[in-house]
Amino acid sequence: MAQKTCFYDYHIAAGAKMSEFAGFEMPIMYQRIQDEHMMVRTNAGMFDVSHMGEFVIEGPQAKDLVQWLTTNDVEKLFPGRVQYSCLSNEQGGAVDDLLVYCLAENKYLLVVNAANIEKDLQHILQQNRFDANVHNQSDQWGLLAVQGPKVAELLQTLTSVNLADIPYYHFVVGTFAGIENVIISATGYTGAGGFEIYFNEKDGPAIWEAISQQGIKPAGLGARDTLRLEMGYCLYGHELSDTTNPIAAGLGWIVRAKNYFLGKEPMLAQKQAGFERILCGFTLTQQGIPRQGYNILNKKGAIIGEVSSGSISPVLNQGIGLGFVALDEAFLDHEIFIDIRNKPIPARIVKLPFI
Amino acid sequence: MNIPSHLKFTPDHEWVLIEGDTATIGITDFAQRELGDIVYVDINQSTDTFAQNEVFGSVEAVKTVSDLFMPMSGKITAINSELENHPEWVNEDPYEKGWMIKVSLSSLEEAENLLDAAAYEALLS
Repeated sequence: MAQKTCFYDYHIAAGAKMSEFAGFEMPIMYQRIQDEHMMVRTNAGMFDVSHMGEFVIEGPQAKDLVQWLTTNDVEKLFPGRVQYSCLSNEQGGAVDDLLVYCLAENKYLLVVNAANIEKDLQHILQQNRFDANVHNQSDQWGLLAVQGPKVAELLQTLTSVNLADIPYYHFVVGTFAGIENVIISATGYTGAGGFEIYFNEKDGPAIWEAISQQGIKPAGLGARDTLRLEMGYCLYGHELSDTTNPIAAGLGWIVRAKNYFLGKEPMLAQKQAGFERILCGFTLTQQGIPRQGYNILNKKGAIIGEVSSGSISPVLNQGIGLGFVALDEAFLDHEIFIDIRNKPIPARIVKLPFI
Repeated sequence: MNIPSHLKFTPDHEWVLIEGDTATIGITDFAQRELGDIVYVDINQSTDTFAQNEVFGSVEAVKTVSDLFMPMSGKITAINSELENHPEWVNEDPYEKGWMIKVSLSSLEEAENLLDAAAYEALLS
């Protein structure tokens, strides 16, 4: 039986098409993915992402543990700062990608993918040679991603925290919609601006209703996926896996070579030796939609890679995708072909983001 | 769920309107809801004659792609070219403006293999 978030009844009432995702009944769309996409890109929308996992790590050596577990530099964090990072394994692959919040000195909140909660937790406990306290609080937290260029303005009446003053990848703990101790984080997965709001699940209904009263409508995971793809953001299970080197997936910018972290040596050695395939973005130059698993071909018809994510871009009205492409064919403006149901459709490697 | 009683249906969620020896074909309200936003309807133009149950094209939605199966054998005589610019009509009006092809039928007897509205509804429940 799939789990439900604290917003399940709201999704049903709003007419959502529900589907099981990472063990949760989640809204894929309410009406049309493309309308929800454009609503968020140009105005505002809210996503229930309460299925995401939350771990709190604390103790005198909590920082040392998080530094050991993650590829980005935890030294750069201070209370109120968030960081995108990667949980690495011994072989230099990606256990997960995540957000690391510094709540206080030696107290961190790790926000992980719902599908990986159990795997990540076991991994973290196994690597905890620092005697830190690791609490899996995934069942206690509700999370709404309220995204779009108008969000700061629309939500301002709900809090005394000056929303426009929170820089990107920073957060404030404050009162929101009358609820205390809410994390208001200037982050998101859409590239549209806005906030991710973390709260105790029991306060979910009050927060949903307050946001709704500001005229912000819900958007489903379908639009969340097309929004992140337009920005070229990685999605675990598509661009990242236990055997994917995050540097090959374009995440070299969150791998800090001067740090120590689990799997650093193999991860950097693979980069040094040269990757077989690296992640590229491409746009189709004819009608078609690339999908995960489709082969990428060169002009001779040889397989040179595989699509990891694909969709139509509602902004460009064009097929876009990410895929791992053989190093010698992975350069900007290069023409490749996507094998769409046995038809090679021409595409061009482009710079990310797509828009 | 809209299941018009004057149409016939396939278990693959196509509908058929039979008028004499011509059939108009599209996908059902259930199918369009399952697919979500439809962005292309791609009719296979390499041939115009198809056997019953043969794939005659595909429908691409944002989230997924699905084959279109020929409900009855025949020759395609018309394609709804309006869908090129208005693929959303398949979502908005699957039984009228969202029709996909017209077919000159080879065998009217094949209609016996199709479901009526009550049988199709039973299949969905």
